[in-house]
Amino acid sequence: MATVSKLQKIASQVRRDIIRQTADANSGHPGGSLGCADLLTALYFKVMKHNPKFKMDGKNEDMFFLSNGHISPVWYSVLARSGYFKVSELATFRKINSRLQGHPATHEGLPGIRIASGSLGQGMSAAIGVALAKKLDGDKRTIYCLTGDGELQEGQVWEAMMFAAHHKVDNLITIVDYNGQQIDGPTQKVMSLGNLEAKWKAFGWKVIKMDGHNMTEILKKLEVAKNSLGKKKPVCILMTTAMGRGVDFMEGTHKWHGKATNTEQTANALSQLEETLGDY
Amino acid sequence: MLDKLTYKEKKATRDGFGAGMTQLGRRNKKVVALCADLIGSLKIQTFIDENPERFFQVGIAEANMIGIAAGLATAGKIPYTTTFANFATGRVYDQIRQSIAYSHKNVKICASHAGLTLGEDGATHQILEDIGLMKMLPGMTVINPADYTQTREATIAIAKHVGPVYLRFGRPGWPVFMPKGTFVIGKALKLHSGKDVTIIATGHMVWQAVEATRELEKNGVSVDLINIHTIKPLDESAILRSVKKTGCCVVAEEHQMYGGLGESVAGVLAKRHPAPLEQVAVNDSFGESGKPDQLLKKYGLSPKNIYKSAMKAIKRKKK
Repeated sequence: MATVSKLQKIASQVRRDIIRQTADANSGHPGGSLGCADLLTALYFKVMKHNPKFKMDGKNEDMFFLSNGHISPVWYSVLARSGYFKVSELATFRKINSRLQGHPATHEGLPGIRIASGSLGQGMSAAIGVALAKKLDGDKRTIYCLTGDGELQEGQVWEAMMFAAHHKVDNLITIVDYNGQQIDGPTQKVMSLGNLEAKWKAFGWKVIKMDGHNMTEILKKLEVAKNSLGKKKPVCILMTTAMGRGVDFMEGTHKWHGKATNTEQTANALSQLEETLGDY
Repeated sequence: MLDKLTYKEKKATRDGFGAGMTQLGRRNKKVVALCADLIGSLKIQTFIDENPERFFQVGIAEANMIGIAAGLATAGKIPYTTTFANFATGRVYDQIRQSIAYSHKNVKICASHAGLTLGEDGATHQILEDIGLMKMLPGMTVINPADYTQTREATIAIAKHVGPVYLRFGRPGWPVFMPKGTFVIGKALKLHSGKDVTIIATGHMVWQAVEATRELEKNGVSVDLINIHTIKPLDESAILRSVKKTGCCVVAEEHQMYGGLGESVAGVLAKRHPAPLEQVAVNDSFGESGKPDQLLKKYGLSPKNIYKSAMKAIKRKKK
């Protein structure tokens, strides 16, 4: 399937961008970024209708909100690679006078960012607000929101879940990055999330499970999710991923949640990721 | 001028907010309202009845309300969030900081039941730190109107201001005495001209200051009385003009002494025109249950205490 292999090639470049941004800044969060590279590639290069000539209000566009703002490197990469700003700007990540702040922000005017995130648990509320406005305006496009799984330990997320079901916010797809890891260790050990599928369902959401690293399945399940909209229920995708996906020594552990690779590790990581679109 | 500052009726500032919302609902279709289970207290039932599609009940979930408002603003709406001042600010400080202030969202945070005059519910609900919390946020406009009329006018005016606003008002029936059509964001209102002492007051304390001024004038003290409804951005030139003339000032507010209007004024004077300043505010203490007038008296927010502070400030002036 041509589309799938094209998207996989882009995702490989996105992963290189993540490693290079964080290594160059000697800080940042490569683990979760690598884990969400396939999803964000699918959204920005295939699924969403969006305009790189950025407008804050996003009228008649699909809109994406990143609640777990610390995985900014993956978002910056797909935004740059899809034309929101020059890819060369990725070299400024986390540096002084940059628009690419450690966590995403609107303050410096980076195209593609609509609200600051990083202090966790707030993104879904904002996504709901935009979804409500779209309904008021008769705008049929879709709102996507990505949240971490550890982030679900924040109480505000459950306030938002309750609201979205009560007010039938059925133009919203929330995707949970279900990697089972957080800074201090496995979520199971830090603060168990229990049966997430049952919890989302009990809160009144339609739940879809998805393998976050199988591009064919990602495209299929996002289609299923879109077809589930407009039926008086918000839609949740529980996306199984591996933190650090794509680099063997980073995969499946929380150890690379918030740590950059050193020179040697960077070379090793990049040797595992094909350069497909040209490094910045 | 002073004899015009009288009242025929008492009405709560929150009723002024409700009346403002009714007018706004009719004239500005971008305005939407959110409430966290306090519709009756915030007096917005008419807005809801007339614009049901532009109202969102969020339940007892203030953090979510702030985030949803930020989203609505992102898409071009002008959201007004409504709840008690305690839950509107302290409870959701980080949400306001990240999703509204840092993100430059055009959200109007509207807060009733601020300060001691909330009364019987007691200190859990009587926030006296909200002005400080809000004025510290970059880009936040902070407004504390004095009466029904001024609150109604402020409610309407902030819809035209692009940027986040904190609008603070209260629960009790209060004298309706401010002249109509005088509210402009950021512009102090001179209520009486005098030369011996400047009295600066905000919110409910403006009426207390009017009463104190009457007594002072009766006893031969000439008072320059200023209503500062906009605490940020502060009308520094109005303050400096007045204090340069009188040589001293008193600042009265229904708020903690630390972090409120008094400290803002002190900062302006210390930097630009050092002069004696006395504060009438709550002195590093929580409130308690009681009737509004009993509480104002017990915690020193009375006309009598403004009078005493004015005499003290005058005494401190260099001869």
